Amino acid sequence: MFDHSNVIVGLEIGTSKVCAAVGELNAEGALTIVGLGQAPTTGVRKGEIVDSAQAEECVRHAIVEAEKMANVEIRSVYLGVSGAHIRGFNNRGTHRLQAADREPPGRRVANEDASDVATGREVKPEDVEDVVKNAKAINLPMENSILHAVRQDFFLDGQDGITNPVGMLGALLEVDVHVVHGVTNRLHNPVRLVKGLHLEVDEIVFNGLAASLALLTNEQKELGALVIDLGGGTTDYVVYANGIVTHTGVLAIGGDHVSNDLGHGLKVSLSRAEKLKREHGSALVDETAKGRVIPLPSDLGLPVRNVNLDHLQRIMSLRLEEIFQIIAQDLEAQDLVHHLRAGVFICGGGARIPHIAELAGSVFRLPVCIGQTNSISGLKSALNQPEFFTAIGLAKYASLKNRKRPANRFPPVLPVLKDMLYRYLPLF
Amino acid sequence: MNPNPETQNPGPEATGLATLKIIGVGTAGVSLLETFAGGDFAGAQRVAVNTDALALAASTAPVKIHLESRLLRGLGTGGDAERGRALAEEQYATLKAACTGAGVILIVAGLGGGAGSGVAPVLARAARETGALVLAFVSLPFVCEGNRRQDQARQSLELIRAEADGVVCLPNQKAFKLIDENTSIVDTFRITGGLLTEAVRGVWNLMTRPGLIQIHLADLCALLRDKNSEGVFAFVEASGPTRSKEVVEKLLAHPLLDEGRALAESDAVLVSLMAGCDLSMAEVNRVMEQISRQCERAQVIMGAAVDETLQHRLTVTVIAARHHRAEAPPADTAAPRGARGPGRAPHSGGFLQQREQQVRQHTPGGRRKPDAKFRQQDLPLATLSKGRFEKSEPTFHKGEDLDVPTYFRRGVPLN
Repeated sequence: MFDHSNVIVGLEIGTSKVCAAVGELNAEGALTIVGLGQAPTTGVRKGEIVDSAQAEECVRHAIVEAEKMANVEIRSVYLGVSGAHIRGFNNRGTHRLQAADREPPGRRVANEDASDVATGREVKPEDVEDVVKNAKAINLPMENSILHAVRQDFFLDGQDGITNPVGMLGALLEVDVHVVHGVTNRLHNPVRLVKGLHLEVDEIVFNGLAASLALLTNEQKELGALVIDLGGGTTDYVVYANGIVTHTGVLAIGGDHVSNDLGHGLKVSLSRAEKLKREHGSALVDETAKGRVIPLPSDLGLPVRNVNLDHLQRIMSLRLEEIFQIIAQDLEAQDLVHHLRAGVFICGGGARIPHIAELAGSVFRLPVCIGQTNSISGLKSALNQPEFFTAIGLAKYASLKNRKRPANRFPPVLPVLKDMLYRYLPLF
Repeated sequence: MNPNPETQNPGPEATGLATLKIIGVGTAGVSLLETFAGGDFAGAQRVAVNTDALALAASTAPVKIHLESRLLRGLGTGGDAERGRALAEEQYATLKAACTGAGVILIVAGLGGGAGSGVAPVLARAARETGALVLAFVSLPFVCEGNRRQDQARQSLELIRAEADGVVCLPNQKAFKLIDENTSIVDTFRITGGLLTEAVRGVWNLMTRPGLIQIHLADLCALLRDKNSEGVFAFVEASGPTRSKEVVEKLLAHPLLDEGRALAESDAVLVSLMAGCDLSMAEVNRVMEQISRQCERAQVIMGAAVDETLQHRLTVTVIAARHHRAEAPPADTAAPRGARGPGRAPHSGGFLQQREQQVRQHTPGGRRKPDAKFRQQDLPLATLSKGRFEKSEPTFHKGEDLDVPTYFRRGVPLN
């Protein structure tokens, strides 16, 4: 059995399946995926738990499977969260550097009227903490809390593009952060469920962010990339530009909707629709599909029927196209489209749909590919399955975290929500 | 039944400030009317309309209209909206006479009972025919008051919506979040009444206070009317150095706005800020920025005014309207309302002319506009089950319910 501190686990409770990825850290902190457990989920809709008893059972199955495969005992997990309530936006924080000795922390707010600001002084690590704290002091609805505050670039006296200001001279330190926030109670529900299984939750992480970690290389982040995780219940997306996270979003539409549309349009049961989607689905309407029919085996003594392949594909295509269009509109509104030089990366179960990349390409007018986890080693069978990328990304997130702060850190879980990320964040 | 003393008034627009009448309908409306006596509302004329003589007797309103017929034997409508409506139709001329001469008429009523639900729609029609702008402030009954009252209230609301220029609606049930276990029933009704009062006060202030950034009443009506809308409102106040932050927090936690969700779903939002002389532009900006962020797809109209009596308090009144999605509107009301709605541009410079035109179309005998009949109604068959998402939280994007299949929303035929 591995030493416990070297084992990290990413757990994603998805709408269609629970997936637990077990990773092992070597001495250099590089991650190898050594085990993977999965179980189909019930009791989750649109990325959020609606029946905790059922969902708990599914999580238990997945964890047990992962434990068996990796031959470890899982004690704590990095938990992925999603849901329509999660939002991201950018905010800037400022902090004036006092030329003389630093004042006690409580008085720092009054610094703005300092007369000798122009002189400035050397930036200390505490200043960086302060400025990030200021950037996080935003007006959220009361029931919301911050999930991530991803540090972007620093500005020192207006000078742009500083990645690490410590040791530099300046009078005014500013920082942009990308804040991901959600409704506290809804973020807590999966945490409670996992704790009910006597597992610790090291941290909760936005699924989209985790997936992007699994997929993108540093170079792709630098070029600018859009990662779309087409899940069962939600579609999470993350935009990197110039190496940093600049936009995140959740659309509570996913593969479930595709199945539901098919069930409605073809007048078949949901389980049948799901099966048709997997066997005959396509993101584009195939010219040769016109007039072709798929015979449905009769069950319950119903007469044998046919469904039209053309209709099936058209229903799917319209829904998927709409998902991409909504994301594209969002990015256009943020003026991000021309930053995406590396293109669009698709993962999640939706990445398995034939022609999905072509469809996305026609909507975004960018190079599109199905994501791959090139930067992680381990089980080949896990690493080339797009639906596992979020769980793998969670493990990757954990590995980045542990590399920065070795050994001792297993903080209590609740502060995790509140005050998590800013000190660890040069990772992104 | 005093004839209105101001019938000779040449018309509101001519005198600059619109003449305002507040008409309380039904027992709830009449008792609410009391809160408008004096103070801020000194310039408003109050009219009480009820079928119950007893409740009417207690009112201090200068003009009282007692709707009575032998049929009722002085017992009121007994909670039957049909009786109330029949009675109001019978005395239509009286109601219309009472409305004459006002530029703006605010109708205050508690729906669910006989008089409020029955009379208010008829009154709204009468008021419109006199050429006034009609805003209705109505409350819906608590769920525990029973099905019948709920149904009556809902039907009545549809009717009022069809007749009035704008409706601001307070479902009492939502007020449950404002009260605790121990609140007495008297206090509860006082609170819900107070909420309606605040809404009326908000509108009143908009019209009468000298605005730094003024909202024309026409804006308000355009907001509430063109959307064929259902308005929700909230009123919050705060003081102290962090007041701008506080009001936003209070707004976003306000139960009447569904903790801010109503803002996100709304199509148009009107924000009115009032404070003492120390109101700073930065504060206005801060509040507006936060509110606009919440309602990205809405058209936001803002106004700011100074009221010295507020001293250091900052009050914000928000009225949010969204497209009304009626499940099965009563056939006779859906059409005429729709005809005035989407086809017209929202408020523009020519508002008053448009308004006059409408009035002209109204008055000569015909009760509704002639073009009303061209509007094709939606068949109720179009409502669609959302399958597995029936019970989950709906996903809206720019007003579309994304849980409904895409091909269906876009009308792609499958044949």
